[in-house]
Amino acid sequence: MKKYASRIYVCLIFAILYIPILTLILFSFNNTESTANFTGFSFEWYIKLFSDESAFLALRNTLILAVSSAVISTVIGTAAAEGIYRMKSKWLKGAINSVTNIPMMNPDIVTGVSFMLFFAAVVALLGIEDYDSIGFWAMLIAHTTFCLPYVILSVLPRINELGESLTEAALDLGCTPAQAFFKVKLPNIMPGVLSGMVMAFTLSLDDFVISYFVSPSNFQTLPLLIYSMTKKTVKPDMYALSTIIIVSVFTLLIISNLKSARKSAPDRRRKAGKVK
Amino acid sequence: MKKQHSIMRSISAAPHIFWSVLFIVLPLIIVLFYAFTDAEGQFSFENIASLTEYAPIFGLSLELSIIATFICLLVGYPLAYIIARSKPEHQKLLVMLLMLPMWTNLLIRTYSIMAILDDGGLLNTILGTTMHIVGTKGAVIFGMVYDFLPYMVLPIYTCISKIDNRMWEAASDLGCSPIQVMTKVIIPLSMSGVISGVTMVLVPSISTFYISQKLGGGTFELIGDTIERQFVTGAYNVGGAISLVMMILILISIGIMNRFSEGDEGGIIV
Amino acid sequence: MAKLIELKGISKSYDGEKVIDSMNLYIRDGEFITLLGPSGCGKTTTLRIIGGFEMADEGSLYFDGTEISDVPAYKRHINTVFQKYALFPHLNVYENIAFPLRLKKTSEEDIKRRVTDMLKMVALSGFENKSVSTLSGGQQQRVAIARALISHPKVLLLDEPLGALDLKLRKDMQNELKTIQQAIGITFVYVTHDQEEALSMSDTVVVMADGEIQQIGTPTDIYNEPKNAFVADFIGESNIIDGVMLEDKRVRFSSHTFECVDGGYDKNEQVDVVVRPEDVDVVAPEAGMLTGKVTSVTFKGVHYEIIVDIKGFKWMIQSTDYVEPEATIGLFIEPEAIHVMKKSKYSGKFGDYSSFSDELDQLSDVDTAEEF
Repeated sequence: MKKYASRIYVCLIFAILYIPILTLILFSFNNTESTANFTGFSFEWYIKLFSDESAFLALRNTLILAVSSAVISTVIGTAAAEGIYRMKSKWLKGAINSVTNIPMMNPDIVTGVSFMLFFAAVVALLGIEDYDSIGFWAMLIAHTTFCLPYVILSVLPRINELGESLTEAALDLGCTPAQAFFKVKLPNIMPGVLSGMVMAFTLSLDDFVISYFVSPSNFQTLPLLIYSMTKKTVKPDMYALSTIIIVSVFTLLIISNLKSARKSAPDRRRKAGKVK
Repeated sequence: MKKQHSIMRSISAAPHIFWSVLFIVLPLIIVLFYAFTDAEGQFSFENIASLTEYAPIFGLSLELSIIATFICLLVGYPLAYIIARSKPEHQKLLVMLLMLPMWTNLLIRTYSIMAILDDGGLLNTILGTTMHIVGTKGAVIFGMVYDFLPYMVLPIYTCISKIDNRMWEAASDLGCSPIQVMTKVIIPLSMSGVISGVTMVLVPSISTFYISQKLGGGTFELIGDTIERQFVTGAYNVGGAISLVMMILILISIGIMNRFSEGDEGGIIV
Repeated sequence: MAKLIELKGISKSYDGEKVIDSMNLYIRDGEFITLLGPSGCGKTTTLRIIGGFEMADEGSLYFDGTEISDVPAYKRHINTVFQKYALFPHLNVYENIAFPLRLKKTSEEDIKRRVTDMLKMVALSGFENKSVSTLSGGQQQRVAIARALISHPKVLLLDEPLGALDLKLRKDMQNELKTIQQAIGITFVYVTHDQEEALSMSDTVVVMADGEIQQIGTPTDIYNEPKNAFVADFIGESNIIDGVMLEDKRVRFSSHTFECVDGGYDKNEQVDVVVRPEDVDVVAPEAGMLTGKVTSVTFKGVHYEIIVDIKGFKWMIQSTDYVEPEATIGLFIEPEAIHVMKKSKYSGKFGDYSSFSDELDQLSDVDTAEEF
């Protein structure tokens, strides 16, 4: 009975979570402009979307930005995690951690406006005439900054967990400190580094609020495009765009989950064998 | 010589420290500067003083986001508990189902519920009614709950799933009825998850401007909308002051909440 | 002593695999009983069924004459000391121990008195306000015992409670547990895979393997009169040899006829013969009942452990006298040292020391796997 009730509860909540998204997907295939009356199936809005250059441009921008900010924040963040781990002063460690976590804890809108004011000041101080000329770099800096704490958060526990013994063994066997890091430590903390990078990539893909305040007029990302589409009366072409985004995110997530499931499967089998 | 050695140890953190100072601390100092100057760049308390004008907006934002957070907790805790106590193979699936909407862009999610609830939207079309939902407080709260519920469930789920199975057995062995097992042992032990869930829902709800723009139907102004409007219209000084106050309030309350959960965590690590 | 707990025909399966097979057992009031067996023998499952954490698939469970098969754990007068203790990390030492009393709405005064007494008994006075996470393994163990005893249960279940402690601490805690049990006079049901622990603490030992009870008896019975090859091998070291019972008190093995003290077997019945390594005397080859060649000698402190090859079967002998490896020696065995057992499904599986060192390695593997 209890089991039955909890099952209904879970189904109900997931239904509420998914119905809006599924409706949106459904109406992207509508053959009229209506988003309330499904009159017939068509690919009309997808065709319209694919003939629209701005969507492709936004997609390209989003990917360029996400990849580069993920890579930069992963490099800086991994190095920082190793540095923080080696730091002896507890006070300094605490101070760095607090500052690093500010963009994570602060409401996005505050981070956004702080960047807006910062880049306005940079433009004024350096006498740059056109904000658009540094726009991409401003976006890259902003995205890298809010991704950094997540990378450190995912790498630092791995380093702490690994401890010093492997590095010491490597040094003992003749590695220089740098070799010990790259040949021994890095491969062992790789899962943390990779998950930090994936996290950074998805955060950058998904960000709207900070980009909204920082973006120049010549660099639009997908979330910004969606925002501008919803400012006017929404036509199902925005639905089509959203559907494509949702489906790609779902596919990526499912693939990554299947992969990790397969990876852990042999382990489980080995354990079962041992019990017998 | 020795001192240099200890600095060298952590040299790899240098780029990050440099980056943080330049791109985290400095922008915040600039916000601070704008908050305390007038349009001519002269030092002034006027912006801070003018904030009383915005007190009702602050109040409304606080009201709506606290209600939304509370509903998220009420709905999310049982969900997290059920997921954490289900079979491992089901857990994986349920967590993934929970994360899929999280990875869907907030704008899309918000817009998708607006399309359903709108005056000429799907719900009214299907029911053949003319309910006016968008534009009410309820709609904004529903939007916040809908958008941020997974952020409440995930940390609580993680926390409960880490609790040793023997805690349930030990509690009932010592005489706890099923309800007492929850109130005396499991809920206290999952407090750190609850607190991080509350922060993860409260912070974005209190500062949102998209949800109130779409689901408030233009009849509401929340603090996020105010900030956005100030900056879009170029009133940087007042906008800076509001942002500053909001940031300080939020960081203080996060600090207090973390202090609470740290007391617990010392034990949870074991 | 009266029967306090009785298991009748209890069976339990996980995923179609039988863990306990129609088990019958009764536990008397006030005794210290130990369920002993290798990992996977069903001893912990048995304990969890008694505690109410698992429901048996078949059979019934009685407590003081009433059936309690369907009574939930929190309504049973039985408390458990869990493997790795399961102390509540959000409560300090005092509150952990007071926990069961608070549920019963005991007065604050009463709680204070009883917790203080309990802390004194487990030698932890002054630890009231410590967080349980700062305690050592031994101290956590004591808190767990105090917490389980404070509401005066009639039975205390202990699931490998000393598994996580180091050897020295383990010995101390063994004595302490026994003292506590005698002082309060309630029933202790103890689960362990450590035969020495079982022998030194228990009034009654229940040896289990493959979900079945192999033997129930006092520690001396179990050691001196093992019922089958499994028990003989699991409890202490044993040489187990195929033999033939010629008639009462005469058994033939290793091509020699021995006098013994056992009887009641059919004429010429095939049997298993157990000889403990410490019961064999090393003598000159011509004076021995059996002769063999020494294949290895290991110094063990109190004695030497000697492996002797007798007609292809490797015997283990413990002797305080040194012998040369490769030497030929004689063995002398007294009639009282020979124990005859009926053949069982475990015959031929144990008691040959020809692959001794490998076996040792495997054993220590299992031990570490279980402890950590």
